[in-house]
Amino acid sequence: MVDGAAAVDSAPFAAAASVRRRTLGGEAWRRFRRHRLAVVSAVVLFLMIAAVALGPFLWRVPINDIDFAAHLQGPSLAHPLGTDDLGQDLLARMLYGGRISLAVGLAAMLVAIVAGTIIGAIAGVSRGAVDSGLVWLIDLFLSLPQLPLLLLLIYLFRDQLKAVVGAQIGMFLLIVIVIGGFRWMSVARLVRAQFFSLREKEFVEAARALGASKLRQVVRHILPNALGPVIVAATIEVANAIIAESTLSFLGLGFPPDVPSWGRLLYDAKDYLDIAPHWALFAGGAIFLTVMTINYIGDGLRDAFDPRKVI
Amino acid sequence: MSRYVVKRLLIAVPSILGISVILFTVLALAPGDPFSALATDPSIPPSVAAALRAKFGLDDPIYLRYLRWLVAMLHGEWGFSFASRMDVATLILQRLPTTLFVLGASQVLALIVALPVGIYAGVRPYSLGDQIASTLALIGFSLPTFFTGLIFILLFSITLHWLPFVYSSDVGGTGLEWYWLHIRQALMPVAVLGLFQGATWTRFVRAAVLDVARLDYVTTARAKGLAERVVVLKHIVRNAMIPVVTLIALQMPVVFGGAIITEQIFRVPGIGSLLISAILANDTPVIMAVTFVFACLVILFNLIADLLYGCLDPRISYG
Repeated sequence: MVDGAAAVDSAPFAAAASVRRRTLGGEAWRRFRRHRLAVVSAVVLFLMIAAVALGPFLWRVPINDIDFAAHLQGPSLAHPLGTDDLGQDLLARMLYGGRISLAVGLAAMLVAIVAGTIIGAIAGVSRGAVDSGLVWLIDLFLSLPQLPLLLLLIYLFRDQLKAVVGAQIGMFLLIVIVIGGFRWMSVARLVRAQFFSLREKEFVEAARALGASKLRQVVRHILPNALGPVIVAATIEVANAIIAESTLSFLGLGFPPDVPSWGRLLYDAKDYLDIAPHWALFAGGAIFLTVMTINYIGDGLRDAFDPRKVI
Repeated sequence: MSRYVVKRLLIAVPSILGISVILFTVLALAPGDPFSALATDPSIPPSVAAALRAKFGLDDPIYLRYLRWLVAMLHGEWGFSFASRMDVATLILQRLPTTLFVLGASQVLALIVALPVGIYAGVRPYSLGDQIASTLALIGFSLPTFFTGLIFILLFSITLHWLPFVYSSDVGGTGLEWYWLHIRQALMPVAVLGLFQGATWTRFVRAAVLDVARLDYVTTARAKGLAERVVVLKHIVRNAMIPVVTLIALQMPVVFGGAIITEQIFRVPGIGSLLISAILANDTPVIMAVTFVFACLVILFNLIADLLYGCLDPRISYG
């Protein structure tokens, strides 16, 4: 009797629920599409990634083909983005440099996110000394003067790493680890705060009551629900890491001249600003466009993952 | 109030110690050494090099060297720059005023931009003005300072010939002319740094104002018939500033990083460019001291933010 009444009552609700049922990802995608600039940015960024990924196969000019007869030329048919002081083709160098800059951005983001999530999760599930110790560590890292330390670490350790794994890979690893190592704190704070509210929720309590281990509670129940803000932070971190790498290269302490990341191109271009402004403008413009599109995508994702906001 | 200040100061001390330990360990682990050049110089006998090493205590265990450095720091002896043949303290004191002047001026500019624009955008969300302000702010903080610096040089120095692009500490001129020359050469570095920070802070201020503006007490204030000016300035802004102060304090390391870049672009003779030249010359005492000064400045500004926080939010007890 009771069962029957419940079945009759719940039928319309079940139908309504099945119409409105959307996965978390689908709902986020629907909200993301509402942010027009974010969608445009996503398309532009995708085109840029495709260009640097596929471009070198289509534009087969070598990046280190020296031709003094054609040095510091503006854009032309033979060199669509002009040439640098050694007459090297800038389009080829920009495409190659884009690979480096984007790869550094993504890899450093991964380092920061993984480290931040682990530290934040440990602080979030533990109470007492472990938590306050980790919070102290986060605060300490937040008050470190980052750029001086970045410069210092790169300068001090680059020769050692070069000797072990070779110049290019050594520099790449060093830059990625050092940049990631200084950017995990905001993610850790975010994850810790999320864990604090999530670990008291009923569904976690239910899992605990069913005898789920601490690890299972975290991995299966808490972490997936804390991921939204982490994804937003991860997006912004890519932009920050690209800027950090460009800064290092721009100050002459990043990649060597034979690895022309966008920051390195700008560093080489700054002494020829009066005779070959196109050089600096193309390299800087690429960094700016990438960072801006990523920031817009981050804004769109923030709207998409923020359940308080009604769209 | 004074108890609160003392408490905050006591919390700052372990942070400074922690930072100094990290710095010293990094430097000690690294392969570079101010006397490595001496070792390869054939005109200096090995015994002299060894005696020098012993005199400066470079062969002692690391904790001893740290303690000795710390005690010397506390006595105001900041070491001797091997590259410039000068006391580190003198060198830094020569350079610090320029850095603080450029930094201070740019932060004032950033606040002058960020407060009105952020408040305006925050109280009229999604209006045309807000959309323009938000777009400009996002563009502003996506433009890295090293790129804006180059664009400014290209535009104002190379194309228009309005401003000098090399900062000189000795500009010449007397009286009013001296002031004018100083301001003129500082315009570009200050603008580059200030506009970048201004864009970032505009976003902070807008978000904070937006959060506060939809609270019930704001509706109450409007319902009482208070003028819009009063509602915005006395009711919204004061509460919105609380999170903004925290965010600005957290931004301090970024601000100092920006200062290093701008000093390098415009060749401002401040401690940022001193750091870069010291790193390239392997001048350990200077690197150590400048990084430490930056760390102390960051902590000092965090302390100021904490105190401001106390003034803005009476709910924080000074006990």
